[in-house]
Amino acid sequence: MSAITLERRVGGIGDPAERLDGVEKVTGAFEYASDLCRDGMLFGATLRSPIASARIRRVDIADALASPGVEAVLLAADVPGKNRFGLNFDDQPVLAEGLVRYAGEPVAVVAATSLADARAAVGRIVLDLEELPGVYDMEQALEENAPKVHELGNVLRHVHIDHGDAGAAGAEVWVEGYYETAMQDQAPLGPEAGLAVPGGDGGVDLYVTTQWLHVDREQIAPCLGLPEDKVRLHLAGVGGAFGAREDIHSQIHACLLALRTSKPVKFSYGREESFSGHVHRHPSRIWMRHGARRDGKLVAVSARLLFDGGAYASSSPAVVANAATFAAGPYEVPNVQVEATVVFTNNPPCGAMRGFGAPQVCFAHEAQMDKLARSLDIDPVELRLRNALATGSVLPTGRPLAGSAPVREVIERCAAIPLPEPEPAAGRSLLHYPGGAGGTTRGEGLRRGVGFAVGYKNVAFSEGFDDSSTARVTLRLVRGEVEAEVYTAAVEMGQGLYTLLAQIVRSELGVERVVLRRADTMIASAGSSSASRQSTMAGGAVRLACCRVREELSRRASALAADKSRPGGPAELEDLLYEPVEAEAVHRHRRTERFDEHGQGDVHAYFCFAAERAVVEVDEELGLVRVLQVAAAVDAGRVMNPLGFAGQVEGGTAQGLGLALMEEVRLARGVISNPSFTDYLIPTILDMPPVALQAVEEPEPEGPYGLKGIAESPTVVATAAVVAALRDATGRELNRAPVSPDELVGLLGPARSAGVPAVPEVPGQEAVPSYHTTGSGQQHLM
Amino acid sequence: MSPESFLRPTSFAEALEMRAARPGAIAAAGCTDVLVELNFGRLHAGELIDLTRVPELGALGVEGGTVRVGAGVTYDSLIRTAGRELPALVAAARTVGSPLIRNRGTIGGNLGSASPAGDCHPPLIACGAEVELASATSSRTVPIEDFFCGPKRSVLGPDELVAAAWVPRADGPQAFAKVGTRNAMVIAVCSLAVALHPSSRRVRTGIGSAAPVPLAARAAEAHIAGHLEETRAWETKAPLQPAAVEHFAELVSAAASPIDDVRGRAEYRRHALRVLARRMLTWCWEEYRREPRWAA
Ligand SMILES: Cc1cc2nc3c(=O)[nH]c(=O)nc-3n(C[C@H](O)[C@H](O)[C@H](O)COP(=O)(O)OP(=O)(O)OC[C@H]3O[C@@H](n4cnc5c(N)ncnc54)[C@H](O)[C@@H]3O)c2cc1C
Repeated sequence: MSAITLERRVGGIGDPAERLDGVEKVTGAFEYASDLCRDGMLFGATLRSPIASARIRRVDIADALASPGVEAVLLAADVPGKNRFGLNFDDQPVLAEGLVRYAGEPVAVVAATSLADARAAVGRIVLDLEELPGVYDMEQALEENAPKVHELGNVLRHVHIDHGDAGAAGAEVWVEGYYETAMQDQAPLGPEAGLAVPGGDGGVDLYVTTQWLHVDREQIAPCLGLPEDKVRLHLAGVGGAFGAREDIHSQIHACLLALRTSKPVKFSYGREESFSGHVHRHPSRIWMRHGARRDGKLVAVSARLLFDGGAYASSSPAVVANAATFAAGPYEVPNVQVEATVVFTNNPPCGAMRGFGAPQVCFAHEAQMDKLARSLDIDPVELRLRNALATGSVLPTGRPLAGSAPVREVIERCAAIPLPEPEPAAGRSLLHYPGGAGGTTRGEGLRRGVGFAVGYKNVAFSEGFDDSSTARVTLRLVRGEVEAEVYTAAVEMGQGLYTLLAQIVRSELGVERVVLRRADTMIASAGSSSASRQSTMAGGAVRLACCRVREELSRRASALAADKSRPGGPAELEDLLYEPVEAEAVHRHRRTERFDEHGQGDVHAYFCFAAERAVVEVDEELGLVRVLQVAAAVDAGRVMNPLGFAGQVEGGTAQGLGLALMEEVRLARGVISNPSFTDYLIPTILDMPPVALQAVEEPEPEGPYGLKGIAESPTVVATAAVVAALRDATGRELNRAPVSPDELVGLLGPARSAGVPAVPEVPGQEAVPSYHTTGSGQQHLM
Repeated sequence: MSPESFLRPTSFAEALEMRAARPGAIAAAGCTDVLVELNFGRLHAGELIDLTRVPELGALGVEGGTVRVGAGVTYDSLIRTAGRELPALVAAARTVGSPLIRNRGTIGGNLGSASPAGDCHPPLIACGAEVELASATSSRTVPIEDFFCGPKRSVLGPDELVAAAWVPRADGPQAFAKVGTRNAMVIAVCSLAVALHPSSRRVRTGIGSAAPVPLAARAAEAHIAGHLEETRAWETKAPLQPAAVEHFAELVSAAASPIDDVRGRAEYRRHALRVLARRMLTWCWEEYRREPRWAA
């Protein structure tokens, strides 16, 4: 090493560094995508199908074209390139052509000089639809005579995991269960928005809310009929994502209109349109059977999973694969049989949401573990400890778990967190009863319950995907001060990634001042800010780039030292930066495999585990709930920023709690009946308890600094823990999330199944469209 | 919206003249409903008459046994000033929305919207309030129960504004409670107000969000009044008999005619009203027994 030493700076890794964007955001100075503005820009608006399954007889745009301020009205025929896009398959039309498959599907787009004019013009388009029979139920989708949502049929993917012996000798106790979870909305506060600016070169610059700039571009360019280098994406201020910004929303529409009118075009959805503008969490139906020995050791788990994918593929094939691999929970189970199907229906498309298939199965497997504990008369926490996965355990996919797996530790640390003090039933502030501000009880009908859940989630992409992230770090003098710039296409959407990247730079290079260049597609891809991956992937790339910067600094320092003409004394960092040092690096995680025909293979790179314990108080007469405390122990590998860690665990828990208690996108013949925050309820601060938090830090060999992405696992377990606590409080079965007050008071019984649906015939483990289409779409994204 | 179409009267008389001259204009107080309706395209912004600068509307005053609550009085100012005189209305105000909404939203706007879920309505009914309506040429008072004629419909004429609500001061214990599926910022799945009126020996009720209009449970009121007379309980302050309370609760529940909607099922609404009626009658009665200031 050279004469140069780099100090460790405040705000480095492990410090509670403040958010780089914090002050701007809380003072309102931050520019969100909805604030984008250009002189002379036009406003876009979308005509969406009001019904879910129909043939388009006629679309008459004459009145709309003649409407004040209107500069363009576009239909499917106006799409110059391919009229199809999609994350896993390009099965979704930019503008509907011939058929509409879900309510809310875009049919036409308008650009006008004001938003009001654009919306008025949309209202003047005559859309003549002939309603067709539709599929609105996921089990109906599997029936032989069901209408076909797509020509290739209604099965989008079926994953079959066959591990060990289906007969499963040795089980002495069996428990069975049926579970349902509802469609959940990500509810990011910032709705979809973007601004497309036509370039002089026939290309376009798009400023947009997204989670992955490059994959947007891959989908956009072919639809515009442009080469990728003519489509330049720039990150605009993202107001939350949670999976809802993985799919294309208005990107292609804005570019089409900008190119057509040669003017900047802005789209900015309102809340109601946002509900149609992004995918949701898959509703699920799950049948499970667990067999164990008397001593509590699990012998066999069989699971039948059915997910409603809605009208288009989105990332459903990957979601259902995840659900299948996690169906048995974070436990060692020698015999696992899973049949997991995601179907097409005429419901709104489902795709990525925090947890990505894991929360649904966690809800089921944890309820099963509680049932088993009861049948065996073993403490539920103890039962989980007896079966906990560990490094080297064989997974249901037949391969040993390679990375860190402190499952015992998360269970034990969570269980050891002190329970909240008992509170007297009478005499509290009204706000501290179930029912909160409504003042519905003064102590009547209260019952307490405690529930426990453990779960896990893969970090980064799986099933053989070549997952990488690129970053560039530049060190230079700005007005005599050393400044590091990080340039990556990785998306900051509120999760705190940029703060974490800056912490890495401060620690690696010993500089105080770190700036983040606006993300765009002029640098290579960073991959998606999803799958709990970006802290490790972009973080890994930044760390590598910093190492290269340091190497160059050493070279310069040695050169200076060798220079005899230079006066003595060690070189200062400033002396070395006579010109900037710049380095780019790519981070990859270990390569994974696809499933074989038995669903075996090394499909996931590594995992994050979490345990949560919820304490609830239920008003058993009104079915209203107050969650008193959530205790959480999360497997972090290494806590990079304690504030960021707490924020993710609390936020993730709130989202899981929402699904347990209130969040449900309701559908009537495929039409969303509560597309507003008046009727789609998400938890308020009064619904959210304090989270008592423990970080379990066992370094992950795959993660830089041993870290793991932790943003999803709290969501995975929170729903299961809260509903388990409700079961404990009420003694009711509660097999559906969200739990309604009607169920808590016994006016409605548990959800019932008509029987386990038959396993569909499919060509193999891959998504069905891959056996039909050739070479199109983004299939490698799985 | 152009300044010409945003009208800003500075007196009630001026506001009423504007109202008469512009039948299509929208009266706008706190705008917590108006802006939502505009955003959803259910209202169209032609002209707005901004009532926030009309001093008369913001006044709250006691006149004898009655409180005159100006239509422009916000939830926040109700909470700060009227807790003693109007406990049920103030309890309802506390449950409305969030601090932001309570800062802006007004009782006049709640009446103007006439939603079956409006939180002011059940207490106004249980208190026997009247609504003062005014036009440029006349004014009238309407008993609160005659004010509503259907979901989001009232007897308010096209040339009229709500001037005030006249609410008798509490002469006994009162309560308001609202059921919602989250613990704050929620529109009522159903709500109930109960008010004891020892001076007139009546128990009055107001049910919200469980029928096309807010309403009183008259049969329940008659039953419990009869029971209290028979047992001379107003005088003796004796505990209520559980069977009588239970029957009261049944009758409150039966008075509702709820529907199934995205916020709740009819069956649950009836059930919840029964539970609330039982609890709230008990709270009020226990307070009546406990507090020497309440007497028949
Ligand atoms: C986030 C949110 C939460 C809410 N929560 C609740 C809740 O918990 N409970 C509840 O009851 N409501 C709730 N509301 C609805 C609303 O806040 C109330 O109805 C409020 O009382 C409306 O008052 P305002 O002054 O804002 O009325 P505005 O929006 O100004 O007006 C509402 C209607 O009344 C008319 N109007 C207003 N003043 C007069 C007048 N003097 N004479 C004649 N007509 C008039 C207007 O023309 C309009 O039709 C909520 C609204 C929001 C946005």
